[in-house]
Parts: sequence; structure tokens; C-alpha cells
Amino acid sequence: MEFSDEAPKLMMLLYGLVAFAVVVGGLLVLLDVVPAWFARRREAALLAAASAGAVRTGAAPPSRRRSVANRREGGLGLFFLLPTLLLLVVGLIVPAVRTTLLSFMDGNSRNWVGLKNYTWMFAQDEIFSVLTNTLIWVILVPLVATAVGLVYAVLVDRARFESAAKALIFMPMAISFVGASIIWKFVYAYRSGEYAQIGLLNHVWKMLGGEPQQWLSNPPLNTLLLIVIMIWIQAGFAMVVLSAAIKAIPAEIIEAARLDGVSPWQMFWQITMPSIRSALIVVVVTVSIATLKVFDIVRTTTNGNYDTGVIANEMYNQAFRFGQTGQGSALAVFLFVLVIPIVIYQVRNLRKQREV
Amino acid sequence: MAVKSRPRQALVIASVLTLALGATACSGDSDSGLDPDSPECAPYTNYQGHDGESVSIYASIRDKEADLLRESWKQFEECTGIEIDYDGSGEFEAQLQVKVDGGNPPDLAFIPQPGLLARFAEANKLKPMTPELKTIADGNYPADWLKYATAGGQLYGTPLGANVKSFVWYSPKTFAEKGYQVPTTWQDLMALSDKIVATKQKPWCVGLESGEATGWPATDWIEDLMLRTQTPEVYDQWTTHAIPFNDPRVAQAVDQVGSVLKNPKYVNGGYGDVKSLTTTPFQEGGLPILQGQCSLHRQANFYANYLPEGTKVGPDGDIYAFYFPAVDPSKGKPVLGGGEFTVAFTDTEATQAVRTYLASGEYANSRAKLGNWITPNNKLDVSNVQQEVDKLAMQVLLDKSAVFRFDGSDLMPAAVGSGTLWKGMIDWVNGKDTKSTLDFIEGSWPK
Repeated sequence: MEFSDEAPKLMMLLYGLVAFAVVVGGLLVLLDVVPAWFARRREAALLAAASAGAVRTGAAPPSRRRSVANRREGGLGLFFLLPTLLLLVVGLIVPAVRTTLLSFMDGNSRNWVGLKNYTWMFAQDEIFSVLTNTLIWVILVPLVATAVGLVYAVLVDRARFESAAKALIFMPMAISFVGASIIWKFVYAYRSGEYAQIGLLNHVWKMLGGEPQQWLSNPPLNTLLLIVIMIWIQAGFAMVVLSAAIKAIPAEIIEAARLDGVSPWQMFWQITMPSIRSALIVVVVTVSIATLKVFDIVRTTTNGNYDTGVIANEMYNQAFRFGQTGQGSALAVFLFVLVIPIVIYQVRNLRKQREV
Repeated sequence: MAVKSRPRQALVIASVLTLALGATACSGDSDSGLDPDSPECAPYTNYQGHDGESVSIYASIRDKEADLLRESWKQFEECTGIEIDYDGSGEFEAQLQVKVDGGNPPDLAFIPQPGLLARFAEANKLKPMTPELKTIADGNYPADWLKYATAGGQLYGTPLGANVKSFVWYSPKTFAEKGYQVPTTWQDLMALSDKIVATKQKPWCVGLESGEATGWPATDWIEDLMLRTQTPEVYDQWTTHAIPFNDPRVAQAVDQVGSVLKNPKYVNGGYGDVKSLTTTPFQEGGLPILQGQCSLHRQANFYANYLPEGTKVGPDGDIYAFYFPAVDPSKGKPVLGGGEFTVAFTDTEATQAVRTYLASGEYANSRAKLGNWITPNNKLDVSNVQQEVDKLAMQVLLDKSAVFRFDGSDLMPAAVGSGTLWKGMIDWVNGKDTKSTLDFIEGSWPK
């Protein structure tokens, strides 16, 4: 190894280290120095106020002084907000504005086309079916996943093998969407009747006397079968959160209800459900947003063929594979608009809880 | 506490530094280059003078084929000192756009779709050729090929590898046993198919599944039949949308494909019924030929790469290919094919050198010797082509009576060529009628 060969690489490494030290060191120093500076200023101001107060009791206008202090506090707050604001601007606001602008332009992002991309979305049968599919997903997945998770959480609560039973249904959460889709693709695999079936579903179907089916190519059943994959993954999440909420119900309430002689049915609807309401909402909202953005499952199993497309998948295809940036952006904006009400609902809900 | 933790911090920093230094030390030992003045390097003197520079290449070629590529320009790297950074990706088409839009394009790219090439050319992203390279390109490649790398009257790329799609794979052994003749017209081909049906066997096997590209082998069928039932001029009008996609002439070609692909008597040998077409991986499509469950499989010369190891490919082997016959041989020999084009996004001198080298006869021969490769480069010595079927493909490519046309789906806008056309073919094979399929594709053509 000759040093002259390695010199540029070492220099590169040195630059990297220096840049790292400057950025991280600078940040650390700033975070240390600036608040300290504000604290000192504040101390000095308080001292001044105290001494002034000692000389002329109550004579100084306190409102003005407080507003100065408030402004300083504001400055400090802004300073701490800066990194977050910066990241939000770079990572969210700029892309959102750019995507919105692109959605009013043509495929090459050169000419303005007005609302054409949005009318295209609803005029093309294919895209319209993408929208209805997304709707089916977003209605079914949160409902069924939450229901399955809830029923399971209630059933195994304080059962003998509770943790084992919970682990069983929680495990799919640890599998990536793509991994889960590949597993399920095998479950749905098809071979013609005269050959041995390698797909679990077709094998069972054949044992029950049916003809092997092309599960993934027959709409509208195929969309439902893809939804099963999502539910399989998300039910574990719903179950864990809801189970924790059920465990957090105060024992006194349950005991009081028992003393009042409730039936298990009443117990569930009158005690459990109201007590875990907020957890339920969190689960439904989280799963809804995840479902609206679902992409991996559809792309891995059918890539949107056979009428199974959803918005996120179509958006990727249009923008990146077909070079129709305008249409892809329009789909992205539409998806964004769909997510907003759910987020607003969630934020309001959180506020309400804090007030209580 | 703060004082105590210092040594630990120092330790962490020290170990990170050691790791980083170690990594750089390991990566810098590949420079065992040849002496630039040695006789081995004589063919590369024109490209020398850029020692230490590096050129990045981005393409869709991966795995074994990518290793062959790297090997093919190894001597060039050693003699010129130019380091070629090759990166192959399965998401090439989408990622190239992202890289270019993000201001981080590769120096060179191998683009298999003339449609995509034209898009980058129109967006002024591609660098034009030096006059020197233009002369080499004109001398080495047929005009039929160069026109696919031309946009707005300007030539932007040179062909690299090629493939010939107009082939039908068959088993010479079985043909000899059963006394079948290799058909030379469409009528003969259909008569042979019927003859095989009479022996209670499905003659054709087809696989259309190919991940997100599912359906593409069916588009090759359509293109081959468009070339055979129509004139090459109509084919060009079809790929450039000078005639609508739902034109009756297109419908006729599609229906003719349907007489094979949608015929339950003809397909799918070894796999089942018509419905199994879209779920059979294209890589496995022709394998039933080896088991004697199927006799005919239409696929490009590169299908040899998907045969199990040890399969004897040749005129007297387990499997071989014949030219997909014309409907009317007196009207010429239509050939459908594809390939990649080398284009440049930067114009440093090192990039120019690599680009010029890749267009040269030296490179074509260096790559062909490694096997699994053909090219329209006329400086290629055909004896350097390794595989039997590749020799046959070269023969078809060089045939003076052949009318060559590029894969139509690669010429169309991506929204159709790698979108609705694939999707349309899947639905069509699964039962949708020709008219509504073609109407759907016509409606999706970007205006």
C-alpha cells in the first residue's frame, strides 16, 4: 500500500471527520450556550426588576416589562423549535407544495394543464376502480382488524396461556409487508386441476371438492384476499394496544360492576368499551392511515393487475414507471386530502382527552 | 460523571476511526494495472490519458450478466487507468429518472427502451456525441438500429447488446422421433400445432408472469404478428401512434395471436389451461419442452439463460430454436428484436473515452468472447459468438433479406409500453375481448 495512493482517501476521511465535528460540535455548543445566555439575561432582568421594585414599590408599569420578558421567552422557544421547523419545511412543506404544483402540470412537468389530471382520475375507468378499491380497503381493514384484535384481547384476557396466545397473533407484526405478501402469495398459489396444488387455499378448496381457483386474478374477491393480508398484520397491533387498555381499567370499577351482578355481555358493552374508547380511536385512526397508504402488499402480490390497484401503488406507477409525473402527483395530492380529515379528528380527540 | 465518561468517548471515537481507516485500506488494492505501454494495451492507446478518473454506469443488467460486463472492460480499465463503476438495478427505469431529476445522474447508462431514451433527449438531459464517435457509430451499426437512438435528428446513443425475439424453441430430439418438420410458414406452424393436438398433447407452452412486468411476453407475440400480418410501415405507424391502437389492423394481429394464446387446445402444455398463462413465470415457460409435455415455445434467444444447467442447446440437442416463420415468406423476413443503447449524461473526457470504447469493434469482440451476448455491431467477428443459439440469432440479425424492427412496447411511451399494454394483455388472455382491450389501451395513450 503506497501512501500516495491512499492520500486522497485519507484526506476525504479527514474532511468527513472535520465536517462531522463542526456540525455536531456546533449544534451541541449552540444548544448549551444559547439557553444559558437566555437564562442569564432573564436572571439579570429579574434582578433588575427586584431592585427597581425595592426602590419604587409598585411604580413601574409591570405590563411592559412582562411583554419584554415574554418576547425573550418566545425567542428561546423559537430557537428550540428551529430544528423541527427546518426538518418540517425540508421534509414536508416543500415536497407538499411542489407535489401540488406538479399535479397541475403535464407528464414532463413543463406545461400547465389546470385540473386535467384531476378529471383524468375520475374519468378513466381503471383509475376509478383504483379509488373504489382504496375505499374498500379503508373501510374494511380498520374495522375488521380492530374487531379481531378487540375480540381476541377480551377472550385471552387473564386466560391461562395469555402471553403465548398473544405472541401468536402479534408475530405477523414483526414480518415486513413484502415478506407477508410473499408468504400469502404462496397460500393463494394456483396450479391447474390435474397437478398437485402448492397453495394452501387451493389445496383445502380441492379437498372440499372445489375446482382450483386463480384466487389473485378474480375480481372482486382478490381485493378481499389482499385485505386479509393487511388484517393478518394489523390485528396484532390492535390486540396489543387494546389489551393494554383493558388491563388499565381500574379494578374497583370492575369489582363494583361484578357486585352489581353484570352479565359478561353487559360487562363488555357498559364497562370495557367505554373505558377503552380512547385506545380504540387511536387504533382505528392509526390502522386507517396505514391502510390508505398501503402499497407493498399490492405491489408484491399483483402489482395492481386484475383490478386490485390502490392509490399509493397507482401513484408510484404513474409517476415513476410511466413518467406521468402530473397524474402521479394528482393521485398523491388526493391521497393527502383523504388523510387530512383523519388526522384532524385524531388531533381534536387528543386535545379533548387532555382537557379532561 | 462527565469526567468519568471521557475515556469511554475517546475509546468509541478511536474504534470508529480504526474501522474507517481499515475500510479505506482494504478497498484500495485493486490497482495492479497493466503497463500502459505493453503490447496488450496497444488497442487502448486512443483512450489513454485519463488515469485515475472514474466513470459511473447505471443499467438494468444484474447478477451473472453484470459480472460478464465487468470482465469485458477489465483490460480497458487496466490499460487506461479509468475506473468504471458499474451499478445494475432491477428498478432501473424508475430510479434513473429519480437520479436525473435529482441532479445526480450516472455518467453513462444503458437504456433498453428507445422511448425512455427519447424522453431524456427531449428534456435535454443527454449529451450529444463527439464527431469522432458519430463517425464510429455510423461505421459500426446499421441505420435500422441507430434510428432508435435518434431524437430530433440528433444521434444520442450507440447500441450495445442485442437480442432476437422472433424465435420458437423446440426439441430437435422429439421432432426427429415424431417426424415433425421445422415449419417455414405460419400455415405450416399451425398445421404442426394441429398435428400435435391430434396426439393428445398441447403444442404450445407460454409463461407471462414476470413480477411487475407481467404480460410482456404477450406483447412480443403481438409485435411479431403485427410485423407478419402488416407491412413494416404500418408497424412503425402503430408504435408511434400514427394509427390508433384500436385500429382494425391491430385487432386482426391481436386476434391472430389469440388463435394460439387463447386456444384451450393449444395452451398451456405442462401447466394446464389458458388461465395458467398469467401465473406461469416466463422463466419457466419453455421448460415443459424438456419433459416432453410441450413442443413449441416462442421466446427470444436469451431464453437459453433460463434453461437448467447441463441442458444441451443445439440443432441436435435437447432444445433449440427456429425462426418464427413469416405469414407470407415472399414478402421478406420480419425480425423482432431488442437491445440496450449507451447514452451519456455527462461529457468529461473519461466518459467520452469509455463511451467511444463501448461502441468499438474491440469491445464487441471482447464481450462476445465471454458468451451469452450478441450485438448489431458489424465489427463483431461472428466466430467469437459462443452459444449455438446466439450464432443462429446473429445469422438472423445479419440476414440481408431480414426487415428488423425494435420491440414495439419499448418504443411506445412508458405509460402504454410498460403499463397499459402489459395490463391489457393480462386481462385479454384472461378473457376480455379484443375490442375493449384495445379501446382501453388507446384511451391510456398520453396526449
